[in-house]
Amino acid sequence: MAAYPRKTEATGLLGWVDERFPVVQTWKDHMSEYYAPKNFNVWYYFGVLAMLVLVIQIVSGIFLTMHYKPDTGMAFASVEYIMRDVPGGWFIRYMHSTGASAFFIVVYFHMFRGIMYGSYKGKRELVWLIGMVIYLALMAEAFMGYLLPWGQMSFWGAQVIINLFNTIPFIGEGLSLFIRGDFVISDPTLNRLFAFHVAAVPMILVALVFVHIVALHTVGSNNPDGVEIKALKNEKGIPLDGIPFHPYYTVHDIPAIVVFLMAFFAVIFFAPEMGGYFLEFANFEPANPLKTPVHIAPVWYFTPFYTVLRAVTLSPFMGTLAMFGAIIMLFLLPWLDRNPVKSWRYRNTAHMLNLAIFAAVFIILGYLGVKAVTPEYKEMGVRMTEIYFLFFAVILAHSSTNRGRYLVWFVVLAGSLIAIDFWRYNPDDLVSAAQIKWQWVWPIGYLAVTLLLPFFVKGCNAEKAVPERVTS
Amino acid sequence: MSDSDSNTVDVKRRRLLIAGTSVVGAAGTAAFAAPLLISWMPSARAKAAGAPVEVNISKIEPGQLVRVIWRGKPIWLINRSDQMVKDLPSNDSRLTDPASGVETQQPAYAKNPTRSRKPEMSVLIGICTHLGCSPTYRPEIAPADLGADWKGGFYCPCHGSRFDLAGRVFKNVPAPTNLVVPPHFYKSDDLILIGEDGGAA
Repeated sequence: MAAYPRKTEATGLLGWVDERFPVVQTWKDHMSEYYAPKNFNVWYYFGVLAMLVLVIQIVSGIFLTMHYKPDTGMAFASVEYIMRDVPGGWFIRYMHSTGASAFFIVVYFHMFRGIMYGSYKGKRELVWLIGMVIYLALMAEAFMGYLLPWGQMSFWGAQVIINLFNTIPFIGEGLSLFIRGDFVISDPTLNRLFAFHVAAVPMILVALVFVHIVALHTVGSNNPDGVEIKALKNEKGIPLDGIPFHPYYTVHDIPAIVVFLMAFFAVIFFAPEMGGYFLEFANFEPANPLKTPVHIAPVWYFTPFYTVLRAVTLSPFMGTLAMFGAIIMLFLLPWLDRNPVKSWRYRNTAHMLNLAIFAAVFIILGYLGVKAVTPEYKEMGVRMTEIYFLFFAVILAHSSTNRGRYLVWFVVLAGSLIAIDFWRYNPDDLVSAAQIKWQWVWPIGYLAVTLLLPFFVKGCNAEKAVPERVTS
Repeated sequence: MSDSDSNTVDVKRRRLLIAGTSVVGAAGTAAFAAPLLISWMPSARAKAAGAPVEVNISKIEPGQLVRVIWRGKPIWLINRSDQMVKDLPSNDSRLTDPASGVETQQPAYAKNPTRSRKPEMSVLIGICTHLGCSPTYRPEIAPADLGADWKGGFYCPCHGSRFDLAGRVFKNVPAPTNLVVPPHFYKSDDLILIGEDGGAA
């Protein structure tokens, strides 16, 4: 039982508050006496930048809500009213639309940082899982926000996404009707997605970010060396390689924030549409339920998963499953990557190549998602999707450096690829048959680099010793 | 409080009370959630907006496509030229369902090679059976982007699905089934009513 009244070293107003609320202890736990590893590099800026963007989105969003009308008859016009007639309205809206893309850029870097340095290991699984839920909530938030301007892309994008639920056997039709609140996307749909976008999901996001940080501060931050700094402490119990988050990292982060804001406002002032990637041109036309735009693609941050959806033509439901499966697989990373070494700095070359290829494939999938479907691109989408999913098997195979395992994995994975190709191959369909015949090199090449290379070349399978203390 | 019995916990009783309270609480939550979730279903106003639509087809030129709205969905009326009708069977080997075998995609009177009541006039719901985009009308023969054996049809810009001029889906595309033929009948030679079978089905 704590002492009553609460003891506090603070005096004056702070003392009065601290007797009633643990403000001093909270400050110490999370700022002045939260010991973060001293060797953070640039990759560690993206967490704080993500929080900054969240604040920008919430503030600019609140002000947009003061002028926007969630009504199919008025929504498009109210957005144009914000752009032309509301003083400074264009600035607030461009902050919000650029912020959406900035959010995903920052979050993708943040996630890749976690993968590179194994930040989901060592009791940090929950930090990773909460982060993944944040990512899901963020995608939902972005999708619903995109409907609000009620332009052509808003309408047809939402049509495709909501129809994904339609593909679920038996309950699909009813479920999508339930979500739309009408037989087509219309006023009730716009109204309810507005409610979610401005009230429900932001609350969930803020709560999740809070939980993400509490979980992180409970287990402690990872670092580029993947060394547990809490293993070595001085006589006061302070990690030898730790420095207090405040003032060291608060100050350390300020230049990063300045650089980020320079880039952010440069986009707002000079390229708010970002060549059609941040704001798609077709969305400057009001929604027309009779006419799908000739070229339709989601906003860039969804395109990798969109390519997965397009690649799986087995049945629409399988396509939907593959798309959501691509996201679900990321949740499982802490349990797939069982190698005790956290950072890629000390893993073998094959693992580094695996992560680099995965990042490249994610970007290629994204690129294919904004392009129209040609036979080449269609087949490449299938192949990149194969590599995307193979990555998770390979990262499991890399859990130990046992070379015999690599060969078994290679035979199994390459065998399944060939089986799928055999089944897909239709000699009557000359165009796609020709594509299958040469594009098999991508996934097989990927497996050769990540599994055969460390099997044959000893140097590519060698792990380095993890140091006891962090480097530099 | 001086009673020594009050310090011993009747675990069984406590467990029963926890279980009972949880069940009542869950039932209450469900009862509270039901009206909120039901509010998501289509309103009476949304349900009412589904009346049949009458279209005059006398002005549709051969090869021309006309769009009308029925239940918020685009309906296509295509007056296919003689050549277009003649080219339809040549697609059969490359189609998923050339004989319109999937019963839900058309009324019985449109289950024929042209998927229509009259060979030239096609009536289709212009919504891709994949994820609901509206495909583009591409009547030209063998355009560069669609390949040499393209005899005219519909191309979905969203995910690349292809349909022929009877709304029949090609193999190896995301869409699983043919485009839907809505219920319709000829009130006279020039007038089509979309949304009713006219008792002839």
